[in-house]
Amino acid sequence: MALLEIRNVTRRFGALEAVKDVSLAIEAGEFFTLLGPSGCGKTTILRMIAGFDEPGEGEILLDGKSLAGVPPEKRPLHTVFQSYALFPHMTVAGNIAFPLEMAGKSALEIRRRVGETLALVHLEDKAASFPHELSGGQKQRVALARGLVNQPRLLLLDEPLGALDAKLRVEMQIELIALQREVGITFVFVTHSQQEALALSHRIAVMRGGRVEQCDEPDQLYTQPANRFVADFVGKINLIEVAVTASSKVLLGLHASGLGEIAATDPRPLAVGEKGAFALRPELIRVHGHKESADLKNRFQGRVRELLYLGDVTLYKVELANGAVIEALMPNAAPGRAKFHEVGDAVWVCWRHDAGVFLRN
Amino acid sequence: MNSRFWLWAASLATYAFLYIPLAVVVIFSFNDSLLNAEWVGFTTRWYTKLLHDDDMLRAAANSLLIALASSSISTVLGAMAGLAMHRYRPRWLPLLVLTPVAMPEILLGVSLLLFFRQVLDLSLGLFSILVAHITFSIGFVAVIVRARLAGMDESIFEAARDLGASPWATFRRITLPLIMPALLAGFLMAFTLSIDDFVITFFVAGVGVNTLPLQIYSMIKVAVTPEVNAVSTLLMALTLTLILLASRFAPDLLKARQ
Repeated sequence: MALLEIRNVTRRFGALEAVKDVSLAIEAGEFFTLLGPSGCGKTTILRMIAGFDEPGEGEILLDGKSLAGVPPEKRPLHTVFQSYALFPHMTVAGNIAFPLEMAGKSALEIRRRVGETLALVHLEDKAASFPHELSGGQKQRVALARGLVNQPRLLLLDEPLGALDAKLRVEMQIELIALQREVGITFVFVTHSQQEALALSHRIAVMRGGRVEQCDEPDQLYTQPANRFVADFVGKINLIEVAVTASSKVLLGLHASGLGEIAATDPRPLAVGEKGAFALRPELIRVHGHKESADLKNRFQGRVRELLYLGDVTLYKVELANGAVIEALMPNAAPGRAKFHEVGDAVWVCWRHDAGVFLRN
Repeated sequence: MNSRFWLWAASLATYAFLYIPLAVVVIFSFNDSLLNAEWVGFTTRWYTKLLHDDDMLRAAANSLLIALASSSISTVLGAMAGLAMHRYRPRWLPLLVLTPVAMPEILLGVSLLLFFRQVLDLSLGLFSILVAHITFSIGFVAVIVRARLAGMDESIFEAARDLGASPWATFRRITLPLIMPALLAGFLMAFTLSIDDFVITFFVAGVGVNTLPLQIYSMIKVAVTPEVNAVSTLLMALTLTLILLASRFAPDLLKARQ
């Protein structure tokens, strides 16, 4: 049985359907992420799990028991808020002790657990500090400690890294993974950052317009996106409009107007003539100066329109014969790399026949 | 350069008009003469005389009692109004709470008098003064409390619930400590308003019960004696102290009232 189950939940605010018939099952010990652009309903789901909001239809079950009508303070789960929501009139230790006091723990146990949790987030020396004396990263850690100290069944995290600067965010991501592994508590994480979601999660539910578009493990999500939205939202991708010309058990023939035939793979039986998009990650495309060295199955001529040198990789924007612009990422440290291509160079772009995914319309 | 000079001159003249009369009252309260005409010598005998004036002492006791009671009650009610205005944001509540603040005092005085006498058939006295003072103080407390809440991160109250605190525990452990400065400021404000209110009190006091401002008024109908100067000086000092205290607890209070 799943730890947390969301069953056909719908939530309307007036005429707006913020969450539409969402069903999810989250297992114990999982790092589960709700990913989507703002307004996709992910925060509404989090608030319904926490108990600040109730589903209009459907139900949410924890350990198989419905949470309907259970007030937030009676739910064995805690939230880390985007703004941290630390109590400004209490010290760090006071903040962390709060949930234990509310749970009626003894003074002795509170002191021990606060000490342990402070050590867990490396803030032993800040116990007597007030929130306004802390840096953003330290506040973040106090909020985490306060959420974890009473060992909830579930920790909800609402864009907790959003307010940190880029460098600190990466550090906190690493800490967050280690922390979750160490405490073994189930995390439900809300973010709009696909990079954060991919880096942290065991599983990700990609949301749009109140619906779950795809729920999968990060690498599945990245390599096998279910539709154009997921393909485009999670990572960079090229979408080429195509029609199916041949479909056998595994091999798939596609035709891109003005470009030619594309060889691909797809286990699904697809009807000839079906239209869709061929989705191809930039890092799977090779750019070559000579036709002979472009020895992969799919090979098209083009011209370099733009290039961005990014240090580890170079991003090429190549205009193909049909006017479409395709993006390719070439590692700069590739062995036998002769030279960079310049803007205006005629080049060949190529990719393996199993490199991309056909997305039905 | 010239316009700067005139601006300074105008400002100085304004402050002179505001504060010289007050200064004169203070100075002449220490004047060893029955007449407020010329400086004769320093004395504190008018203050000593005050301490033996039974009418004055009774009025002062009334004023203090009413001020304490009305500011305590209006702090509680005003805090509730402020919390409600902040949390539920009803459109009509601010209007209801703030109207007595903006209403001309004479109007409020007359309408309260009519209400007490004609509608409730209440005999006028300490109780009617108390109710009247609560009426015009609630709005001030509510505004101060709401201003304090408006500057706060809303999610800390949700965080408290989320971490296991019941609504009451959230109020006691989080909300109350956080609005405490506003409550103190509101209390002091209400106290100040009550202790020196004249117009409304004049209408609802009835006969036989005097407050300090009413007592002063009845004395100056005869003559402005140095004793009036002395009691005015004391009242001024008290009010000023309370305002300064209040503005310490709510630093934006003085700004808001300008």
